[in-house]
Amino acid sequence: MRLVDRASWQRVPMVLRHGVPAVAGLGIMLLVSQGLSEYRNTQLATIAMYVCAVAGLTILTGLSGQISLGNGAFMFVGAYTVALLLEHHVTTSNGVLALFLVVAVLVAAFAGALVGVAAARLRGPYLAGITLALAVGLPVLPKYSHLQSSLGGHAGISVNAPAPPGDMNYFRWQAWLCLIAAAITLFLLANLSSSRVGRAFRAVRDDEIAASLAGLPVARVQVLAFVVSAACAGLAGGLFGILSLTVLPDLFSLTLSLALLAAAVFGGLGTLSGAVYGSVIITLLPFWSSDLARALSLPDKVQHNLPQAVYGVGLILGMLLFPLGIHGLVRRVGQLGRNTLRTKPANN
Amino acid sequence: MTFLNLVIYGIANGTLYAAVALALVLIWRSTRIVNFAQGGMLMITTFIAWDLVVKHGANYWVGLVVAVLAGFVLGAVTERLLVRPVENGPPLNPVIVTLGLLLLLQAVAGMIWGNGLDSFAPQFSLHYYNVGDQVILFSPDYLFIVIAVLVVLGALYLLFQRSPLGLRMRASAFNPEVARLLGVRVGRMLTLGWGLAAMVGALAGVLIAGTQPDYMNPNAFDPLLIFGFTAAIIGGLDSPVGAVAGGVTVGVVQQLLDNYVSNDIDAFYVFMILLIVLMVRPNGLFSRTAVRRV
Repeated sequence: MRLVDRASWQRVPMVLRHGVPAVAGLGIMLLVSQGLSEYRNTQLATIAMYVCAVAGLTILTGLSGQISLGNGAFMFVGAYTVALLLEHHVTTSNGVLALFLVVAVLVAAFAGALVGVAAARLRGPYLAGITLALAVGLPVLPKYSHLQSSLGGHAGISVNAPAPPGDMNYFRWQAWLCLIAAAITLFLLANLSSSRVGRAFRAVRDDEIAASLAGLPVARVQVLAFVVSAACAGLAGGLFGILSLTVLPDLFSLTLSLALLAAAVFGGLGTLSGAVYGSVIITLLPFWSSDLARALSLPDKVQHNLPQAVYGVGLILGMLLFPLGIHGLVRRVGQLGRNTLRTKPANN
Repeated sequence: MTFLNLVIYGIANGTLYAAVALALVLIWRSTRIVNFAQGGMLMITTFIAWDLVVKHGANYWVGLVVAVLAGFVLGAVTERLLVRPVENGPPLNPVIVTLGLLLLLQAVAGMIWGNGLDSFAPQFSLHYYNVGDQVILFSPDYLFIVIAVLVVLGALYLLFQRSPLGLRMRASAFNPEVARLLGVRVGRMLTLGWGLAAMVGALAGVLIAGTQPDYMNPNAFDPLLIFGFTAAIIGGLDSPVGAVAGGVTVGVVQQLLDNYVSNDIDAFYVFMILLIVLMVRPNGLFSRTAVRRV
C-alpha cells in the first residue's frame, strides 16, 4: 500500500518531492523536541549536527566513489571559523549567527576545494592516505607557537554564541538550530543527488573512462564532490563548536573522522536516510555503552573504549556482511512487508 | 654542527618510519591493499612485549621475540579472516575493513591496558655519544635500531630474491592465476606476506616505544602509521628500497622543520610533505609510471 505509486511520485517536481518531506520531517522533529528533556534535546542536537557531516561524506564516498578519512579536519575548519567570528564580532542576534555558519560553510568549502584539487588526481589508497594525514595534520595547527595567541593553543577558544531568541530554552534552541541546519542540508543534498550533478557523480564513480568519454569533466566532478562534502562538514563543525562551547584541537581527533566514516557505512553508503541512521548510532552509542557498562558493572577502561570497539566491529562487519548498511536492511524489511501484504492476483 | 646532528638524528628516527613503511610496502606488493591497521597491530604487539617485560619482569629479548611472533600471527589471521573476503571487491572495502580493525585494536588495548601513559625502557642506553667535547645526537639505542632495521631489510632481500619461497611469494603477487596454475599455494603465500609484514611492524613498534618515556598509550602509535605511510608513498608503495629512502627522508625533513620552524606541528608537516609529493608525482617519487586500465 502506497499513498502514491512510484511513477506518479517521480513526476512531482524535484523541489517539491524533496522539499515536502524535509519540511514535514523538520516540523515533526521540532514538535518532538518540545516534549523532550534538556538532556534529550542535547542528544537530538548532536544527532542533527552529525547528520550534516555524515550526509556530506556519504555523498562523497557513496556517490562519487572517493573516500575521505579527513572530514573531521573540515569540521575543525568550520568550528574554528565560527568561534573566531564570534570572538571578534560579539553578537546577540541569531541572524548573524546563521550568517557566521554560512561563512563557516564557505571557508570549509574553500579548504575542500584545495584538498579536492590534489585528491582528484589520487586513487584508492593514496587518497585514503592523504585524507588520513589531513585528519591528523590540520587540527594540530592551533598548537603552532605563532598561531597560539590567535587560535588558543591546546586550551582552544570559547564559543560565545548568542542567547536563544525570546525566552526559549537554551537546549531546545540548540536542537532547533541543528535540526534546521540538518533539514536544509538533507534537502539540498537530495536535490543534488537526483540532479544532473548527482548523475555525474555516479557516472564518475562507476567508470571514470566511460564518464570522460561521455563528455564529463571527471576531475572537476571529483573536486566538486569534495567541495560539497567539505561544506557540509564545515556546517557540522560550526554547530559542533556551538554545542561544545569551546573548540580545541583534541576535539577533532582521527577518531572523529573515522566515526563519520563509520556512520556513513553503518547507515549505508550513498544514502541520505542512511546518514540519519548512522548519525543516530554514533551519537547514542557512547550513552548505550555507558548504560551497558553500568548494568554489567564493567571497569571504567572497558566502558570508555566500548563505543570505539563497536565502531571497529561495525565497520568490519558492515563491509563483510551488510555492504548496504541499515538503509539496505530497512528497505529489505519494507519490501518483505509489502510483498506479504499485497494480494497476489491469480493467473490473470 | 647543529645541522649535521639534526641529520643524524633524523636518519636514526627515519629508520623506524622506514620499518613501518616496509611493512606497508610488503602488504601492498602482495595484495594491493594498504594496511591501515598496521598502526594498531604494532601497538598491540608492543603492549604485549611491555606487559611481559615491564609488568611481569621478563627479559627484554623475550619480550621482543614474543612481540614479533605475535605480530606474525596477528598479520596472518587478519589476512585470512578479514582481508580475504574483501580482497577482490571494490578498493574502498579493504580500506574500511583495515580502518575498522585499527579502531577495534585501539579500543581493545585501551580496555586491557587503559589509556594512561607508561614507559617502556629500551635495552640500550639513550645517552648520546660524545666525540671530544661535541655531543652527537646518536645513542647506543639508536645504533641498535639502525642495525636491526638494516638486518631486517637484508633478510627480506635474501628471502624475496634468493630463496624459492620468496620466488613463490613474488609470483603470487605478480600474477596469482599463473602462479596458481604452476602449483603455488597463492592464498598461503598472501597469508605469509601479511604475517611477515606485521612482524616488521611489530619490531618497529617495540623499538620506537623505547625512544621516549611515557610512550605507551593506545593512540601514541597513530603518528608512526602516518609517518610510515608517508615514507611508503614517497618510496612509491612498491619498492622496499624506496620505503627505506622515504623513511629516512621523512625523518630528516621532520627534524629540520622541528628545529628551524617549530616542533609543535609534526603532523602538519607530514600532511604538507605528502601533499607536495603527491601533487608532483601522484604515484610517489620512486615509482614507475603506473598504467591505468582502459
